[in-house]
Amino acid sequence: MTLEGLLPELAVIRKDFPILERTLAGGVPLIYLDSANTSQKPQVVIDTMVDHLEHHNANIARAMHQLGAESTEAFEAARDKVAAFIGAPERDEVIFTKNASEALNLVANTLVWPGERQVGPGDEIVITEMEHHSNIVPWQLLTQRTGATLRWFGLTDDGRLDLSTIDELITERTKVVSLTWVSNMLGTINPIAEITRKAHAVGAIVVVDASQAAPQLPIDLSAMPVEERPDLLAFTGHKVVGPTGIGVLWGSRAVLDALPPFLGGGEMIETVRMEGSTYAGIPHKFEAGTPPIVEAIGLGAAVDYLAHIGLDAIHAHEKAITGYALEGLRSVKGLTVLGPLDAAARGGAISFELDGVHPHDIAQVLDSRGIAVRAGHHCAKPAHARFGVQSSTRMSSYLYTEPREIDALVEALEYTRSYFKLDRA
Amino acid sequence: MTAQDLDALYQEIILDHYKKPHGKGLREHAGHTAEVHHVNPTCGDEVTLRVHVSDGVVEDVSYDALGCSISQASASVLYDLVVGKSVDEAMAIHQAFLTLMQGKGTVEPDEDVLEDGIAFAGVAKFPARVKCALLSWMAWKDATAQVVAGDGDN
Repeated sequence: MTLEGLLPELAVIRKDFPILERTLAGGVPLIYLDSANTSQKPQVVIDTMVDHLEHHNANIARAMHQLGAESTEAFEAARDKVAAFIGAPERDEVIFTKNASEALNLVANTLVWPGERQVGPGDEIVITEMEHHSNIVPWQLLTQRTGATLRWFGLTDDGRLDLSTIDELITERTKVVSLTWVSNMLGTINPIAEITRKAHAVGAIVVVDASQAAPQLPIDLSAMPVEERPDLLAFTGHKVVGPTGIGVLWGSRAVLDALPPFLGGGEMIETVRMEGSTYAGIPHKFEAGTPPIVEAIGLGAAVDYLAHIGLDAIHAHEKAITGYALEGLRSVKGLTVLGPLDAAARGGAISFELDGVHPHDIAQVLDSRGIAVRAGHHCAKPAHARFGVQSSTRMSSYLYTEPREIDALVEALEYTRSYFKLDRA
Repeated sequence: MTAQDLDALYQEIILDHYKKPHGKGLREHAGHTAEVHHVNPTCGDEVTLRVHVSDGVVEDVSYDALGCSISQASASVLYDLVVGKSVDEAMAIHQAFLTLMQGKGTVEPDEDVLEDGIAFAGVAKFPARVKCALLSWMAWKDATAQVVAGDGDN
C-alpha cells in the first residue's frame, strides 16, 4: 500500500539495512519497531567502519606516520559531516562524547565548577516532566552539589508542556533551561524556539536533548535566529543509524569557551607542567584521551547517509507512518495512546497501554511473532507517573518502516488480546 | 522464540494465578511483622510485601504488587506455598524456587515441594523474565529475614 509522504524508494532503502532480512526463532521475519531505542545500521556504516579498521587504523593526532595522518583526517572529516548535519555555525563547536548522556553530564558537571557560568545557591535550573532520566538526574546532581533549585514544566493531559507557568518558571534566577526536543515516551515535539527566546531574555543558557529529534527532524542551527538558537545540543550516534559508543555535544563557541574542562588527560591540553597545565581550545578541550575513533567515523558515514536521503523526506515518512500507526492502534479495543494524537505534532515513537495486559506480556507475545517493541518505563518514569501508569509499550518507526509492519503490529495486538482472553470474563 | 515457547512460558496455571491471585492485598497484624518494598529497576515493576511470623511459623504474607502476569502469578504462588509453613520450611521452598529459576531451564522441579510453582520452569528459559518471577520471592526473603532478626514491628 502507499501512503502520502512515504519515502519513494522505500524498497531500496530497506535493502541498505541487512538486518531487516533476518528471520527469528520459528522462521518468522523480523519486524523492527524499536528504533527510538536504537536504530538499525545501513551497510555503508558497517563497511566504513570495517574499512577503517582494516586499512587505516591508528591513533589520531599523535601518530607521526601515514596511518596516523589518515586516521586523523577521517576522524576530523567525521566532525565536519556532523557539523553539516546539524548546520553548526562552526565545525569546532562539535564535540564527540560517548553518548548523549555523557554530553548532558559534561554540561551539568562543568557548570558546577568555578567559571563564568558557575551555578550557585539561589540559582535555578528548569527542566520538564517529560525528560529522559539522562536529562533529569544530571541536573538533580548539579542542584544537590551547588545548592541551586531544580524546577520543571508540568505536562498537559494531552502530553504537551504546560506553558501556562512559563513566566513563573523562567525568571532572572534561571541559569539553565534544559529540555528535550522530542519526547522519547510521548512523542511530543516541544517549542524549542519559543522557550529559548524566553530563556535568553533572562540571560539563561538553553540545553536541548536532541536524541529523538536528530533522527527525524531537519536541524539547521545556523538558520535559527540567535535569540532562538539553543546554546548546547546533545544527541547520540546510535539513533541516527550510526554505531553505539559515540555521541555529540554541540555548543556555541561563546558558551563552550566559558565552561571549564570536563575530563583531564591527553589531547585536551596545551601544555603540562608539574605545577599546572593550560588547555587546548575547543573541541579538543573536551575530548580527553583516545576517542572512539572508528565509531566517530561510522557516525560520519551515518549522517551522510541520512543527509543523502534528506531529513525533510525522512520527516515526511515518519509523519506518514506515525499517522497510519495512530489510526491502526486506535482500532484495537482497550488500547490507549499516551501523548498527542496528531501525527504532525509528534515524533515517531508511540507509547500505549492495553487494558488488562502488562507491557512485558505484550512485548513477549509480539516477540513470538518477530515484532520488536520496547516495554517498560523507557527511562521516563516521571512522565509515566504523570499519567498514572507504571509502564507502557512503545512502538517506534524509522525511515525503513513500512505500512505492512504497522498492520502486523495491529494484528499481533489483537492476537495478544485473544491470547490473554480479554473478551472473556 | 516461537508460539510453542510462548505457551511454555504462559502455562495455564500462571494465567489462572494472574487472573485470580491468591492472598493479594495488604493486611494488618498485631505482633511480628515486617514490610518491604522491592522494585525491578529495568521495568519499574514494584511490590510492597508484608510478612507476619508467629512462633516460628509464617502466619501471613500479604502484598500489593504492580507488574506483569509472571510477577503477579509468582506472588500468588508464593502465598500458597509459604503461608502456614515454619520459617525453615518456607526458606527451603524459597531455595528450591530460586534454584529452578536460576537453572536456565535445566532444573527438573519437584512438584511435591513447589506445587503450582513448577509451572515457572518455562520462565527459567527466558533470562529477561526471571527477575519478574523472583520479585516477590526476593521481597519475601528480605522481609522474613527482618522479622526473624527482630527488625520488624513487634
